[in-house]
Amino acid sequence: MRTDTIAAIATALSEAGIGIIRVSGPEAVSLVDHIFYNSAGLRKLSGKSSHTVSHGYIVDTKEGEDWKKGIVDEVLAVLMKAPHSYTGEDTVEINCHGGVLLLQKVLQLVLRNGARLAEPGEFTKRAFLNGRMDLSQAEAVMDVIHSQSEMALSSSIEQLTGKLALVVRDLRQQILYEVAFIESALDDPEHISLEGYEERLSLKCTSFIDRIEKLIASSQDGRLMREGIQTVILGRPNAGKSSLLNAILGEERAIVTQVPGTTRDILQETISLRGITLHMIDTAGIRHTEDVVERIGVDRAREYAQKADLILFVIDGSELPDEREKEIISFIGQKHVIVVINKTDLNTIVSEDQIHAFFPERADIPIVRISASSGAGLDLLGKEIEKLFFDGELKGNREAVITNLRHKEALEEAGKSLLLVRQGLEARMPEDFYSIDLMGAYTALGSIVGEEVGEDLVQEIFSKFCMGK
Amino acid sequence: MSMGLGIREKVDVCVVGAGHAGCEAALACARLGLETVIFTVSVDSIALMPCNPNIGGSSKGHLVREVDALGGEMGKVIDRTFIQSKMLNVSKGPAVHSLRAQADKAEYTREMRHVLENQEHLTIKQAEVCELLWSRESDKKRVTGVKTFTGAVYECGAVILCTGTYLKARCLCGESITYTGPNGLQAANYLTDSLKEMGIEMRRFKTGTPARMDGRSIDYSKMEEQLGDPMVVPFSFSTDPESVQKPQVSCWLTYTNEQTHEIIRENLDRSPIYAGIIQGTGPRYCPSIEDKVVKFADKSRHQVFIEPEGLHTNEVYVGGMSSSLPEDVQLAMYRTVPGLEQCKIVRNAYAIEYDCISARQLYPTLEFKEVEGLFSGGQFNGSSGYEEAAAQGLVAGINAAMSLLGREPLLLDRSESYIGVLIDDLVTKDNREPYRMMTSRAEYRLLLRQDNADLRLGKKGYKVGLVSEEQYLRLLEKEKMIQQEICRLKSSIIGANQKMQDFLQSHGSSSLKTAASLAELICRPELDYQILSEIDPERKALPKDVTQQVEIEIKYEGYIQRQMRQVEQYKKMEKKKIPPDLNYDHVSSLRLEARQKLKEYRPISLGQASRISGVSPADISVLLIYLEHENQKK
Repeated sequence: MRTDTIAAIATALSEAGIGIIRVSGPEAVSLVDHIFYNSAGLRKLSGKSSHTVSHGYIVDTKEGEDWKKGIVDEVLAVLMKAPHSYTGEDTVEINCHGGVLLLQKVLQLVLRNGARLAEPGEFTKRAFLNGRMDLSQAEAVMDVIHSQSEMALSSSIEQLTGKLALVVRDLRQQILYEVAFIESALDDPEHISLEGYEERLSLKCTSFIDRIEKLIASSQDGRLMREGIQTVILGRPNAGKSSLLNAILGEERAIVTQVPGTTRDILQETISLRGITLHMIDTAGIRHTEDVVERIGVDRAREYAQKADLILFVIDGSELPDEREKEIISFIGQKHVIVVINKTDLNTIVSEDQIHAFFPERADIPIVRISASSGAGLDLLGKEIEKLFFDGELKGNREAVITNLRHKEALEEAGKSLLLVRQGLEARMPEDFYSIDLMGAYTALGSIVGEEVGEDLVQEIFSKFCMGK
Repeated sequence: MSMGLGIREKVDVCVVGAGHAGCEAALACARLGLETVIFTVSVDSIALMPCNPNIGGSSKGHLVREVDALGGEMGKVIDRTFIQSKMLNVSKGPAVHSLRAQADKAEYTREMRHVLENQEHLTIKQAEVCELLWSRESDKKRVTGVKTFTGAVYECGAVILCTGTYLKARCLCGESITYTGPNGLQAANYLTDSLKEMGIEMRRFKTGTPARMDGRSIDYSKMEEQLGDPMVVPFSFSTDPESVQKPQVSCWLTYTNEQTHEIIRENLDRSPIYAGIIQGTGPRYCPSIEDKVVKFADKSRHQVFIEPEGLHTNEVYVGGMSSSLPEDVQLAMYRTVPGLEQCKIVRNAYAIEYDCISARQLYPTLEFKEVEGLFSGGQFNGSSGYEEAAAQGLVAGINAAMSLLGREPLLLDRSESYIGVLIDDLVTKDNREPYRMMTSRAEYRLLLRQDNADLRLGKKGYKVGLVSEEQYLRLLEKEKMIQQEICRLKSSIIGANQKMQDFLQSHGSSSLKTAASLAELICRPELDYQILSEIDPERKALPKDVTQQVEIEIKYEGYIQRQMRQVEQYKKMEKKKIPPDLNYDHVSSLRLEARQKLKEYRPISLGQASRISGVSPADISVLLIYLEHENQKK
């Protein structure tokens, strides 16, 4: 029935060794050929026979640029021609190196070249419809579709508590108003006039596009998503900085002893916390010291603090703060910071009031109580990090990543529709033409907030514009 | 009621009601050779226009054109009886150009009656149908005839209900309530109960109409004159365009003001709607003046159109000011409007309440799902407007005939006609108010233009048997000419020579860098087919309706292609038919809400199922797999 080409990440979205992008449909091979180069720089997947594995590179090139400059990943492409594949259609499976961001990047390249993001359970559905599955499996397939779409929906809606939902809903409302205005004038030309409307719409359109582009940019959040968040752990010696890092890492990697000053230099680890990539930098304890080696460590800590996206300020809850904490606060300045009160398993004598007193101008400073040795409170820390950077827009669990890509695709579609509106305006097309594209943008945005169009337009026309005989 | 006392007759089809739906339904059946009786409470009210004196308008004009293309009558009759005509939206895209004609109401009624009276196989009968006769065959009900108030029985194979606003009608004008149909005509008070007994669910809707005034009491010098088009375009594809060029009358525009609104606000408690006396749901698209004043309080004035009701009457229609306020308030409020200071009201404005159905009980053929042989159309189905009624009447009539003749039903989908959109919306959505056609309801409207209705539907009309061989051959010829001319324009290459650049410059168009086809030049906003004749010596003289299609197809090709691709996707789902006897309880994995909705609507295709609110894309996938599963089992 459907004859378009679909794609999705077929493996679990976690930090694994490899990950697979599956592309299925009549255009699967020619489409991957656009982005797949063998080591000789040729795009030759389509010439290969079925059930072969080709080594090469996924490349994101610009016109006239050396393809090598655009290499995204070194991959193995597995080609399976119809009907001998899981779905029964031409299928290419791109085996990439693991890593959520990398996989997403490759998937986006595939989508940009004409594939559509697969719906939940769609590969399985196609497999069934193409007779690749036993009839007895039909029911199971239906269940899968349901559970997957419910999961996608619930995680999608979960994400919509934040700013994204507000912005999208606001945009939709504004776009709908414009469509309703045009449509009411088309339906009732003697009551409602479109004189001089084009310029107004053109301005609005530019602002809509601008907002959508900002949203798209924020959904990736540029450097933070690609490169991870530079996170620096600061604290006095033996406050539990290394224990915290280890607790997050889940293994004893940094040297942890009861002797203050055991972390002489800087330790760096890259971890994934709730789907967010963090580059954790453990620093030497901050204290006044004559030891030259240790002094270097402290200076480095200061340097790192200056470059950090986020500082985790670890305080030993069982000891009163002193000069050392004051020095650290001077490092922090106006940086994003989470105050981590450690050692809650011991007798905690540090109060939140004391901490607020350190930051008189930052009343909403996040404070988390943990025990690095037992792991208690780590969860809360994760949530705080998430909140701080994504304002609830992006939760890094698996479903969320998928639906985020859906969101992004929908935003891009809305943006495209609005560009068509602008082109229509420039080409002096009549109102009823670009109104269709405006509605297209509205519909695309609706798929983000899970709202269908239904009777929206008619409702809006009647409630906002006075029509009729 | 005892049998055997009254008349007993046997016919093929009974049409109940002779409004715009009933007329089209009856004509379609009779023209297809079926013995047909059309019942009306008053022969003098055949094809009555009890509200506005015009036919067509935005998107409604499209419906009339489509009715005509399928072999219906409305367009032909209005072409003979209009007194002013205007193409609306001409400054906008071709898809929203819409024809609207002011009718001479009395002439329209007379002319349609004349057509009915002279139609072979058609009998007009003045009688109130009080009861439907039906039998139960296995678990299905089947209609077998109708019984009138006098006890006469007409046995038949199909009944088409087109009762308009007559069922248990009551009219409200302030505190005074009369139990009549429109215009003081007799209401039909019995049929509702008979329908309920058959298990048909009824609902109550409301609509309204403004006052009619004595034209001599109006001061037109205070109003703006609204003229008809200098060159009139006929509605019907078979009307000779020369025959519609005749003297026209004017309409007039004036406005309400703060004083008008003040009177309305002060007397709101005397409006039956605001006092809660009216329970029926009224349409939002033709709000009463009291609704406009309350809902759009920030507007300091509303337009009022004065439209003549005919050439042989002084009565005029006061468009924009329908009301159910009491007589004294009406007079006071109308008299605040410039030009109406001395006005005399001939007929008061009133609201009317009536029984109708939710069309969810119908298949897209307009046959009842639960009662074989029973069809319905028009306001009875919850729509509003003469044109919407005519369109449904025609489809109901055709399908009643097709079913009796054992032929394939006529199913029109959303991608090929406004009629398809209208019917799909009626039978698939839960409409809470009288349904009016709007261009925004048609998602593929760039393809559904009034100018190409014949090309879209003419072949279907021919296949049904309502379009003549001669018309059909003309249509094929037209199609051929359009294609050939588009082809020629695309392959005629114009070099970038000096003569050409001068030509382009003289029309404010930028010069050519390389050679271009004539088609490419037509795409430029500042150029068109007509202008290019200067540089197109090989051009043959072609009829205007052909060159118009050529120009539109070329100029808007990008958009049109895009919609055609969307239509392709849409068609795939429409083609997936759902067997009528599908037991949704056997489809596991359907969510409860979806299951209930599907059982209630019993959609004919996956496409229709997907448009039911409460049925999700996942439910559609599940259904698709289930259907495939069943197919593979066979």
